[in-house]
Amino acid sequence: MAKARTSLVRTGLIHLALISYTLIALFPVFLTLVNSFKSRNAIFRDPMAIPTPSTFDLVGYKTVLAQGDFFGYFQNSMIVTVVAIALVLLFGAMAAFALSEYRFRGNLLMGLYLALGIMIPIRLGTVAILQGMVAAGLVNTLTALVLVYTAQGLPLAIFILSEFMRTVSDDLKNAGRIDGLSEYAIFFRLVLPLVRPAMATVAVFTMIPIWNDLWFPLILAPGEETKTVTLGAQMFIGQFVTNWNAVLSALSLAILPVLVLYVIFSRQLIRGITSGAVK
Amino acid sequence: MGSLKLTSIRKAFGTHEVLKGIDLEVEDGEFVIFVGPSGCGKSTLLRVIAGLEDASSGSMQIDGQEVATVPPAKRGIAMVFQSYALYPHLTVKDNMGLGLKQAGTPKPEIETRVAEASRMLSLGPYLARRPAELSGGQRQRVAIGRATVREPKLFLFDEPLSNLDAALRVQTRLEIARLHRQLKATMIYVTHDQVEAMTLADKIVVLNAGAIEQVGSPMELYNKPANTFVAGFIGSPQMNFIEADRLGDAQAKTLGIRPEHIALSREAGDWQAKIVHVEHLGADTILYLETEETGLLTVRLFGEHRFAADEIVFATPDRSRLHRFDAKDQAIA
Repeated sequence: MAKARTSLVRTGLIHLALISYTLIALFPVFLTLVNSFKSRNAIFRDPMAIPTPSTFDLVGYKTVLAQGDFFGYFQNSMIVTVVAIALVLLFGAMAAFALSEYRFRGNLLMGLYLALGIMIPIRLGTVAILQGMVAAGLVNTLTALVLVYTAQGLPLAIFILSEFMRTVSDDLKNAGRIDGLSEYAIFFRLVLPLVRPAMATVAVFTMIPIWNDLWFPLILAPGEETKTVTLGAQMFIGQFVTNWNAVLSALSLAILPVLVLYVIFSRQLIRGITSGAVK
Repeated sequence: MGSLKLTSIRKAFGTHEVLKGIDLEVEDGEFVIFVGPSGCGKSTLLRVIAGLEDASSGSMQIDGQEVATVPPAKRGIAMVFQSYALYPHLTVKDNMGLGLKQAGTPKPEIETRVAEASRMLSLGPYLARRPAELSGGQRQRVAIGRATVREPKLFLFDEPLSNLDAALRVQTRLEIARLHRQLKATMIYVTHDQVEAMTLADKIVVLNAGAIEQVGSPMELYNKPANTFVAGFIGSPQMNFIEADRLGDAQAKTLGIRPEHIALSREAGDWQAKIVHVEHLGADTILYLETEETGLLTVRLFGEHRFAADEIVFATPDRSRLHRFDAKDQAIA
């Protein structure tokens, strides 16, 4: 009995800690969502209150949908994020495979060089990047953003994926070689399916900073045609007057696509077909 | 057809030499086993034969064809791995057929060969399953099936039974022996288990520290070990080694006598001994003795015998079964 009670206390404490962390993490999101459905006066009078029939107001969403091309902004953000993730996963996985699979001179140095970007923030090179983009004529294009985000995401992707690829059984790859699979077939058909959970992790880690980034869209692609959602929401924030209804509504809407992407990737995290490959 | 000829094969990783010049000939249809302690280079040698590792120097011929630069898939070999190495996303049938499909074999031919292999290994009911849905023994049978459908000149086995439990190991061992009889194919098999080596092999190759110590049939190695390493490695319990000058043999440095070649008596014998420990195994009784002349001595008696620790007994070696080794640990003929 004593044992059962202590374990009850223990699980209770664990749940308490987890629940309080969840509340703290979700509170800003909750506040954003709740206030996006309230009238301007209600937001300022009582920011914590849940919308009631008298304070409920969709004016924020109406402003967002009426002003500017928000659908276009979403599309831009989506294109940049999805293409950058795809490139990061493809090139990251290929580099990781080469580093973990083949013995060649300078392998370790190459790995360190590719991982260096984890420690050095890419924003330090903003001026040089901007000059480069101007010279290449890529300013105000989505290509500029995709290129920068791919570079930004690769170091962590290579670092994580090469660790995972080392765990893929050598015997399996050798069996493929004996069966006549090319190195590309071994990579795409044997190794990639086995590191799928790691790929999903990398995808999530890559996606969030790209979706949330304001810095590079502001500098490299501030034009109306190439605005991303975060940049689009900025037009409601003024030096003297801020349209909070519109800002909160825009941010609430911005959560949705990234939520969908996350659900897709997290399903991959759980669904693994690794069991039964070896042992 | 499936003969193999290795000529002074060397393999080094950086400055570390793993294979120090291996010369070996394997006849068509032979079952050859590489045996040795871990780290002796036996797996590396197998991988060099498979083409998964390049030899640093030396030449290798399969059926008289030089294959040093031929990729693994074109060498006419098939390999069975310790960890089975089945493709997790393919069914048993596709696992077995993939190699043929890659080689461009027509579909009906693949079908018949897979059907034949699965009949031989009784895998019929599992053809549509994925590896994750099979037990360890079944997975290894699939791996063996995958090797047989390719109809290779050379079968390579890399410790195929190590991951199986004891009962399954014996059963799979019998299956491999049966397969060898049926296919009459050349097989090269790596193991660290001398029981597997003794029971399966036509020819055993004992490796130690990257070099071949001795090549011979199981009984040759048992009866005429070329040196103390082979003498100690083959046979269980291990051969007893006795310093020769303690027994007054001036020519030899070490004398060896197998535990089963020592007779024991309570009344009289060559060496008086005190029993240190007794192991009753039913079929055998293994005794550990302490004697003045030889130090610690292992004796194996067949059947059940009533001996207890601290008893005083007399041990007598069978002189005709005594092995003599010189100062370089080589056998004196």
